[in-house]
Amino acid sequence: MIEEKRIVLRNADLIDPEKIEDYLQAGGYQGLEKARSMSRPDLIAEIKKSNLRGRGGAAFNCGLKWSFVPADAPVSYVVCNFDEGEPGTYKDRIIVQKDPQSLLEGMAICGHAVNSKKGYIYCRGEYPYVVDLLNRAIDQARNKGVLGDFDIEVRMGGGAYVCGEETALIESIEGHRGEPRFKPPFPGVAGLWAQPTVVNNVETFANLPSIVINGAEWFAAIGAPNYPGTKVLTLTGDVANRVSIEVPTTATLREVIYDFGGGIKDGKRFKAVQVGGTSGGFIPESLLDTPIDFDSMRGIGATLGTGAVFVMDETRDIVDITTRIAKFFEHESCGKCNPCREGTFRAHEIMKKVNQGRASVQDIENLTILSQVMEKACLCGLGQAAPAPILTTLKHFYPEYQARLQLN
Amino acid sequence: MITLTINGKEVQTPEGSTILEACQQAGIPVPTLCYDPDLRLAGSCRMCLVEIKGRPLYAASCVAPAENGIIVETESPGIVAARKVILELLSARHNFNCQVCEKNGNCKLQDYCYQYGVKESRFNYGEPTNYPINDPNPFFERDYNKCIMCTRCVRACEDITIARAISVDNRGHHAKIATAFDGNLTDSPCVFCGQCVMVCPTGALTSKVSAGLGRSYEVDKVLTTCSYCGTGCTLELNVKNDRVVGVTSNRTETGSPVNKGALCVKGRFGWDFINSPERLTTPLIKENGEFRKASWDEALDLVAKRLGEIKTEFGADSMAVFTSARVTNEENYIAQKFTRAVLGTNNVDHCARL
Amino acid sequence: MTNSIGELEKDADCIFVIGSNTTENHPVIGMKIKKNVLQNGARLIVADPRRTDLAKIADVYLPHLPGSDVALVNGMMNVIISEGLADLDFIAQHTEGFEEMAALVAGYTPEFVAPITGVPAEDIRKAARLYAESGNSVICYAMGLTQHRTGTDNVKSVCNLAMLTGNIGRPGTGVDPLRGQNNVQGACDMGGLPNVFTAYQAVTNDAAREKFEQAWGVSLPSQNGLVLTEVINKAHHGDIKALYVVGENPMMSDPDLEHVGEALEKIDFVVVQDIFLTETAKYADVVLPSVCFAEKDGTFTNTERRVQRVRKAVSAPGEARVDWEILCEVATRMGYPMNYENSEQIFEEIRTLTPSYAGISYQRIENGGIQWPCPNEEHPGTPYLHKEGNFSRGLGAFTAIDYIAPGELPDEKYPLRLTTGRSLFHYHTGTMTRRASALNEHVPTAELEINPEQANALGIADNDLVNVSTRRGRLEMKAKVTDTIAPGVIFTTFHFTETPANLLTSSEFLDPTAKIPEYKVSAAVVEKI
Ligand SMILES: Cc1cc2nc3c(=O)[nH]c(=O)nc-3n(C[C@H](O)[C@H](O)[C@H](O)COP(=O)(O)O)c2cc1C
Ligand code: SF4
Ligand code: SF4
Ligand code: SF4
Repeated sequence: MIEEKRIVLRNADLIDPEKIEDYLQAGGYQGLEKARSMSRPDLIAEIKKSNLRGRGGAAFNCGLKWSFVPADAPVSYVVCNFDEGEPGTYKDRIIVQKDPQSLLEGMAICGHAVNSKKGYIYCRGEYPYVVDLLNRAIDQARNKGVLGDFDIEVRMGGGAYVCGEETALIESIEGHRGEPRFKPPFPGVAGLWAQPTVVNNVETFANLPSIVINGAEWFAAIGAPNYPGTKVLTLTGDVANRVSIEVPTTATLREVIYDFGGGIKDGKRFKAVQVGGTSGGFIPESLLDTPIDFDSMRGIGATLGTGAVFVMDETRDIVDITTRIAKFFEHESCGKCNPCREGTFRAHEIMKKVNQGRASVQDIENLTILSQVMEKACLCGLGQAAPAPILTTLKHFYPEYQARLQLN
Repeated sequence: MITLTINGKEVQTPEGSTILEACQQAGIPVPTLCYDPDLRLAGSCRMCLVEIKGRPLYAASCVAPAENGIIVETESPGIVAARKVILELLSARHNFNCQVCEKNGNCKLQDYCYQYGVKESRFNYGEPTNYPINDPNPFFERDYNKCIMCTRCVRACEDITIARAISVDNRGHHAKIATAFDGNLTDSPCVFCGQCVMVCPTGALTSKVSAGLGRSYEVDKVLTTCSYCGTGCTLELNVKNDRVVGVTSNRTETGSPVNKGALCVKGRFGWDFINSPERLTTPLIKENGEFRKASWDEALDLVAKRLGEIKTEFGADSMAVFTSARVTNEENYIAQKFTRAVLGTNNVDHCARL
Repeated sequence: MTNSIGELEKDADCIFVIGSNTTENHPVIGMKIKKNVLQNGARLIVADPRRTDLAKIADVYLPHLPGSDVALVNGMMNVIISEGLADLDFIAQHTEGFEEMAALVAGYTPEFVAPITGVPAEDIRKAARLYAESGNSVICYAMGLTQHRTGTDNVKSVCNLAMLTGNIGRPGTGVDPLRGQNNVQGACDMGGLPNVFTAYQAVTNDAAREKFEQAWGVSLPSQNGLVLTEVINKAHHGDIKALYVVGENPMMSDPDLEHVGEALEKIDFVVVQDIFLTETAKYADVVLPSVCFAEKDGTFTNTERRVQRVRKAVSAPGEARVDWEILCEVATRMGYPMNYENSEQIFEEIRTLTPSYAGISYQRIENGGIQWPCPNEEHPGTPYLHKEGNFSRGLGAFTAIDYIAPGELPDEKYPLRLTTGRSLFHYHTGTMTRRASALNEHVPTAELEINPEQANALGIADNDLVNVSTRRGRLEMKAKVTDTIAPGVIFTTFHFTETPANLLTSSEFLDPTAKIPEYKVSAAVVEKI
């Protein structure tokens, strides 16, 4: 049986998150010290070699992202994406609540690598109590002098799901309407206030201290070679144990659901699992032996996303759930680009029609074409990913749709 | 220079160009709705999508950089299908009443629906758009049932006029162009320059002064210089049946060197005095304190005779001419020549100082 | 303008706007200034008794009292000299008269100037530093600077300021008068002035006169003629017997309208050539219908000296005829045949007599226009004058100018300063815009702007009807209570025939050189009705 492996949660429940002394005692800020003894190119090369990939959803190689920041940029920023807007996801909150200093240390390591003096943590609006905790942690780090000339400021999120998208997040920090920008230019070249900016997820940053201390090889050897390390997962829905866990990325969905989640609640049967948040694909029983790493999930038309694992038992109504998801995206579309603004609205209307038993085969066909275009044509990840639940449920659970269609 | 392949043809374009610019240079038409070369880029309408070989997503060519070696298709089956869907999505929120629309024949949505054979939308699900049309300003109509949310108006207001009267309100499908608090333009910082009307690709924003007077394909456009302030903006008089029916902008650097199409409220909406029934149409001669109509010959003879008499009796310096800061150079020249050479005095002036 | 409009958007690092409500009176230029300030980071100084749109975004706003311009600019120059910010190299190489000017300005410390202008000394210092230290600084002004008895002094003052800091002869610098009407520049260039032929060739200069005599085949008068206000005054004395008015409307635009009306009454024979029966045309013995810009060909010259085409778009209404044709007809009937095929033929004659237009032809300006001076067909035109500090007259001359108070200062009976101007939605005497349906619907009447403090003291609320009176007359209009105007100052527009503001202004105080009446300051009193 596969076991938990703790890298980002290494201090969880072992130290007092309110006390920087505890963190220091547990070896905290040694990673930063070591990083600062390295040249910037060496540090970036080391992180690149570890093959740490972003934990915010897109799984981009972290060191590679940093290398886009021009070496001679006079001003640059480090931004932590702690928007965590994905329903059913709370792993970033767990990481911050249990060990805020490791996030700060990770950001400071990045600051050294890209020659930045200023970091921002963009914190989800629903987490005001975590903001207080973070501010206390930052104060302690400042007073101890461990951050050196790197400073960190916490900003409250705007409350919209799309603000988690890195360029919308940047717009939001700048005080504008939270709308994604087109890319390129990528934030690494022109981000916050048009300066080079690295945006990484909380979990990505929290991995850094251990990688710097133990070396790239150590990290690259853990879990799946293409997506090494661990992943913090949050289990929700109809599992027996709704827990958060950190496992090597070689763990399969079946292991996650049955070994850690304790299987399906109340002895019912499994029907589907949606991984990675609202925009994740729906996965049927037959694919449960897929490992959770990013590329394997991609391979089955799903995503690892943020690591939310939403389990559905046999009583769940797939069409109804998909309709609710369609409503979520209609509501969360920022409205900037045509295919998403209009597409999420019409997709929800069609799903409502299906759900109410008024739809025809033609309607399903229209929905499919619309979804396929949205995946390729939308400006940002929200619109590109919004059709995934529709397309995967149509693929794996078509009989449930069929049962609702109007005959003739 | 950058070399890339577009539709099987090798194309060269300067460093820093977008794919759209590369296409334009190569004479390959790409449809656009939100793109406007004079405005900040939006990359949002997604009409200009192209396929780049090896990339999973379509790229908006107006914002995608041209890169060495990429292979671009602008009209692949996937792209055409995507454009159709986008047009159908826009059609689903658009109130097509082209038969009475001011923009009929000059509407990008209409043009592209025609080009891509979009007869009706597959996506007429849910309630049709139904925004009230009630902005009481006398200059232009705001019909957001025809708006395709390209935000060109917002960007023109912000980047040309710098008025920031309008912005995008709400989110998602309910996003719409509005003033702060979604009120009337008269209660906003709007200066009624009509730059928004100039850039709007559809019938959402149209001049009320020109309403019903002629469609774009019925009018001739005559490039001329505005007759109000001294800035000297270039504008186009729209003429139908020997009547001025509107003003539009010439937006080229050479055609409109001072203003590049930008105008103010007077230039854009203040032209219908030309057709005023109060215009003078015949010479008038005052008799017993009342004006009566006269023929040109009678009037001109009278003027010539009286001026001649006064010159003889009181001398040239008893006469004066006020020429005008409003008439042409040629007319001013003739007026001062007339004063000096014919009347024989230098008493000629105009209201330069007034 | 010494420089070009486009430079205000791109090249200027600091823009000093004095006496110009640019966003209302030259809206498209106003947009360019706003763009430069808000998007490109240019600095902005605004001096105006009204807190205009530009004043609201200015780095320094100087709400100086109407008529105190010379004192204000002298104060700024005092700061620039005493703080060592003057461009001494430029002064030494390209100018003369600096010592005399500097000696005079030495007395104009900001503390001395503050009570005259109503502007705090510290703000005068800030403005001076900003103007002197920003790189390329440009001065824009309009009638707010010129329509004073000291109008010429005011203009010379801002020229002093530009030369003092070497802000001349580069893109983004210079002294830019924003001309109020479409073709004021052209009317002046064409010799529509009593003292000069085209291109400012003096009528008193024998060589110039001989050139025109030869070209026109007649002998020409050698004495300067009368300026417009002098014509009116002489007419009032009965000394003007005939007046021929081409497209002007002095019965709205000239100061002290009652006086103008009396003068027009006394003239034996008045001809008015216009497109509408204007207030002035009502005094005419003969009215000749002419055509508007849409109905004729020709050229206008804009405020940046750009000669551009006007093109005929539609036929004239009824029997109306082009102004030049009418004048030629009269000339011919008076025994001096004037015959031209078209406006281009006239332009060709202009070119031969006008050195600064010599290189311009209809063909060359088919696209885009050309900025004079353009001496020959190869010349591209001149976007900015005095390149590298080379002034046309040799050295740029400083003028030492003392402040002179406005002719009519407030007193017990007339305690306020009335100043006049324009609205975005109307133009000059309203002849055209009052008949443009949308403009007139949007702004159908004049308002009297008054500061809340003042209004309160007089018991006046927003929209109340008030009487505003000066020594010349009285008008009734609606009050607009607004803090965009300084206390002690009131403002109205002169577009409305129902409330002709020039009934109130005075023709008594003229600028001694330019003979500009002091529109911008009249002592006035306001009462609630
Ligand atoms: C609609 C949308 C919402 C997103 N929300 C989040 C979020 O809440 N947290 C996050 O870390 N990344 C989120 N992302 C991903 C970010 O855009 C970005 O890829 C990420 O912050 C990069 O960090 P990483 O490389 O460390 O993963 C979101 C993306 C999209 C398209
Ligand atoms: S895909 Fe949706 S959320 Fe993203 S930019 Fe387009 S409208 Fe906004
Ligand atoms: S008319 Fe001008 S100021 Fe008004 S909304 Fe349109 S662009 Fe903005
Ligand atoms: S009103 Fe016109 S310009 Fe503005 S967003 Fe709508 S379609 Fe575009």
